[in-house]
Amino acid sequence: MSFYGLVDGTEASLKSYLGNLSGVDQVGAEARAAMLATRSIKTTSKRWAIETAITMVDLTTLEGADTPGKVKALCTKAVRPDPTDSSVPSVGAVCVYNDMVEVARTHLDLIGGQHVPVAAVSTAFPSGRASMTVKIQDTKDAIAAGAAEIDMVIDRGAFLAGRYIDVFNEIVAIREVCGEKAHLKVIFETGELVTYDNVRKASFLAMAAGADFIKTSTGKVAPAATPPVVLVMLEAVRDFYEMTQVRIGVKPAGGIRTTKDAIKQLVLVNETVGPDWLNPKLFRIGASALLNDLLMQRMKLDDGYYTSPQYVTMD
Amino acid sequence: METDMTFEYAPAPESRAIVTIKPKYGHFIGGKFVPGSKHFPTINPATEEVLSQIALAGKADVDAAVKAARKAYTSTWSKMSGKERGKYLYRIARIMQERAREFAVLETLDNGKPIRESRDTDIPLAAAHFFYHAGWADKLEYAGLGTSPKPLGVAGQIIPWNFPLLMLAWKVAPALAAGNTVVLKPAESTPLTALLFAEVCQQAELPAGVVNIVTGDGSTGALIVNHPGIDKIAFTGSTEVGKIIARAVAPTKKSVTLELGGKAANIVFDDAPIDETVEGIVNGIFFNQGHVCCAGSRLLLQESVAEEVLHKLKNRMEKIRVGDPMDKNTDVGAINSKEQLAKIIELSAVGDAEGAERWSPACELPSKGFWFAPTIFTGVTQAHRIAREEIFGPVLSVLTFRTPQEAIEKANNTPFGLSAGIWSEKGSRTLWASQQLRAGVIWANTFNKFDPTSPFGGYKESGWGREGGRHGLAAYLKGVSHE
Amino acid sequence: MSNRIDVKKTYKLFINGAFPRTESGRTYEVKNAKGVFIANPCLASRKDLREAVVAARAAHNGWNKATAYNRGQILYRIAEMLEGRRAQFVEEIVAVTGATKVKAEKEVTESIDRLVWYAGWTDKIASLAGSTNPVAGPFYNFTIPESMGVVAAIAPESPSLLGLVDCIAPIITSGNTVIVLASTKAPLSALTFAEVLATSDLPAGVVNILTGKKDEIALWMASHMDIDALDISGLPSKKHADIKAAGAENLKRIYSYKSADPGRITAFMEAKTVWHPIGV
Repeated sequence: MSFYGLVDGTEASLKSYLGNLSGVDQVGAEARAAMLATRSIKTTSKRWAIETAITMVDLTTLEGADTPGKVKALCTKAVRPDPTDSSVPSVGAVCVYNDMVEVARTHLDLIGGQHVPVAAVSTAFPSGRASMTVKIQDTKDAIAAGAAEIDMVIDRGAFLAGRYIDVFNEIVAIREVCGEKAHLKVIFETGELVTYDNVRKASFLAMAAGADFIKTSTGKVAPAATPPVVLVMLEAVRDFYEMTQVRIGVKPAGGIRTTKDAIKQLVLVNETVGPDWLNPKLFRIGASALLNDLLMQRMKLDDGYYTSPQYVTMD
Repeated sequence: METDMTFEYAPAPESRAIVTIKPKYGHFIGGKFVPGSKHFPTINPATEEVLSQIALAGKADVDAAVKAARKAYTSTWSKMSGKERGKYLYRIARIMQERAREFAVLETLDNGKPIRESRDTDIPLAAAHFFYHAGWADKLEYAGLGTSPKPLGVAGQIIPWNFPLLMLAWKVAPALAAGNTVVLKPAESTPLTALLFAEVCQQAELPAGVVNIVTGDGSTGALIVNHPGIDKIAFTGSTEVGKIIARAVAPTKKSVTLELGGKAANIVFDDAPIDETVEGIVNGIFFNQGHVCCAGSRLLLQESVAEEVLHKLKNRMEKIRVGDPMDKNTDVGAINSKEQLAKIIELSAVGDAEGAERWSPACELPSKGFWFAPTIFTGVTQAHRIAREEIFGPVLSVLTFRTPQEAIEKANNTPFGLSAGIWSEKGSRTLWASQQLRAGVIWANTFNKFDPTSPFGGYKESGWGREGGRHGLAAYLKGVSHE
Repeated sequence: MSNRIDVKKTYKLFINGAFPRTESGRTYEVKNAKGVFIANPCLASRKDLREAVVAARAAHNGWNKATAYNRGQILYRIAEMLEGRRAQFVEEIVAVTGATKVKAEKEVTESIDRLVWYAGWTDKIASLAGSTNPVAGPFYNFTIPESMGVVAAIAPESPSLLGLVDCIAPIITSGNTVIVLASTKAPLSALTFAEVLATSDLPAGVVNILTGKKDEIALWMASHMDIDALDISGLPSKKHADIKAAGAENLKRIYSYKSADPGRITAFMEAKTVWHPIGV
């Protein structure tokens, strides 16, 4: 593996690569994110943002109580978010636990949702606490069942203990399992990494190791995809592109519940990495409740009055 | 991979409906609006639209204002307890908060600064200044200025056009808290928020004559500076005029505080947090169109990171939104006046002539109004005029240094001494640099941060005295201010 | 003369921004100066105190981290709210204590002005009580005053409103949270004051007000291990020794005051001194 020529796979080389990164000033990063949150996105640009955000949603259900029935309902919603309005686009993907992948893929194909990929969370999601054998099998099972995207978690314990090479090697191994069959998202669980310096480090580590997407959170831990965290990740992706000419995707997940939240994320993308990233191939939003708020806001823009949750389907 | 549509922000204009601008204004003297005799227009620098006709105060007007201020001082204000004085200031602060949106829109129309800045920075800080100083009015004995500090009497205050309402707050709040009464002259090109402030004084039932506002130009300012009935002069503006004032009051017993120009060094060390540093550089010189006395107008880059920082800076500058100040998404607004624009253009031409390399992002500038694209000059050295003279516009001169000592030498090598910036993640270096820098306000890993509790003012030719904080009170109390 | 029956107020405790009754179910009688029954305020129990301490502790982090400006604005807002309801407070003081209307007006006026005075201290105390210290070495050395945490206080018997304000305000100015025991004989002003607090944007748990027996509550306060300091201004001097002894178990800082004074603010603050080298 070449790792873009940035590291040679040894611990020493990785340490040097990570050690050369510039630090992140917390107050400055939060101030920049806060300033971008004041952007006022109205009328035509709001309509475009809502429409785009819908196509970026990874519609998610990751509950112990998930059943085939629940997953099928989610898939139906994913393909046609508003049964009364066929102009609403499908979402970016459906995201489920790996033992639900087959149910999801089958149902999507049944209802004309061939264009909606299934993303599976993997590697002992959400904790990441299991043996490498289990994690690899987890991933293999998901791909065999039809997952086109793998959302893996990093070993935060290893990261916080400074064993970066272990974190790196795990990503490399899962990348190898994915091969050409699935794209790999690497979840940092930023709420557990805590500092922006760590988020920046994790970003560069994951990208060098072969991530196609870097992702903020599992959605099980707060804080999750706060604007400053996403900003720091976008800045890393931007810098990585300068170094390698490769565009890596970003996925915030968790805590993005309203249209306002989603639009703030799009503004961050727009003013950090630029409009090339404003499509589902390079930016996704992991969410469940968000979709209905996007639909209601879209209705409001079209009809001119505030609507009610009664006019969108619960799933 | 390309999107078929870039994310263009649709216009997001703030509504003008909240303000009522009269076609003509007089002066605010003795608690009432009194008509003026001669008038001149105040315009919106973004559109060149005439907003109103403003009175030009002559000798009679200034005399009347000083008389009203003296009367209020002698008969009412100096007799009032600090406790009661403070309550008036609290009222003013609260009303300013209530009418914040109105003030913000008016400030943007008259000054040209983006509505986001007026709304999020200028007006909240101005209200905060009154709130903070309200609390000092009955606590002066705790300010470390003596057990029973006394006010000076009548203060003549002349403020600039770059932060009209905020500069008014910086002057009026401490003066009143300390027990003085004031005659204030707003800048020629930005009188409207001061005149609205007069309404707030009325709503707060401030005793007549405690605050008097006379509008006019440099001649009005001279009348105030030279008026024998004034005990104290407070001036914020150019160093050139500051010196004129210093000479004028030399033979008198007037106290003076001056807040003048600057050519601040913004020093970036090799261990700076790069992305936040780039934000800080942009904020340091392009915030408020660079019309900032403490602007980080000289960027001193450690040579080892100069290329990287400049590359990121230019990319960041491409994203600056220059345009209609009333649009909520505008980052950089209009230059305040034709005169100021001419100065900026002239000095930038000097930069070209001196051999510095000019660069600006592509900027679509409106056809009407006064505009200047954010600009950087690289290859600048200390011997360049554009490294020495205050441009007071969105123009950054970029120099390099090799060692921390060299950075300090270059930073201090100027007659100015208002502010400086330090970018480094190493605490000891930041503290060392702040110890070495001859500047009154030093920002580390941030820039252009203001707070009523934080004293502001310059060393050397950047002025005399401080505003804000405990130190700022000294300017308005007897026995501890300059005599 | 109207035959209308008025709707009498039930006076409850003020804990965590809400108005619960005492979990003990106990009450006591408050009579007016003429011996006529007015109300049955709660006799707070040890459990009520415990709940109040939990609320105060939980509220401390947020209140302490709020900017001094924000705390000042809230204190000023409390003054605004009190000013708006002065008539009710005057009436209550007259009814309960038998004071003259003039005296009651004076007390309410002073209470409002006192709140304004303290509102103006939040963003100044650090400039006075903090310092940079010129140590003999290449170090930047600075002292910052910080709030302690949870303070419990016994308000004086009288004046029932002003004494309470003088107790609460200096404690919360710096970021502490407080549990205060109101005057026993004249508790109603304190409980109505709780209503003022509840409408002043004051975060829940910053101020908690209990009513009840001084002796038992003071001792529970003194021995509670999650209370950092005590203000026993409202306790007679002869009781101080026992309280101080009980408070020694977790080395509570224990103070008593006779009047308003910025020293009351700094008494409930700790001084933190930081060293940092200065060097390239």
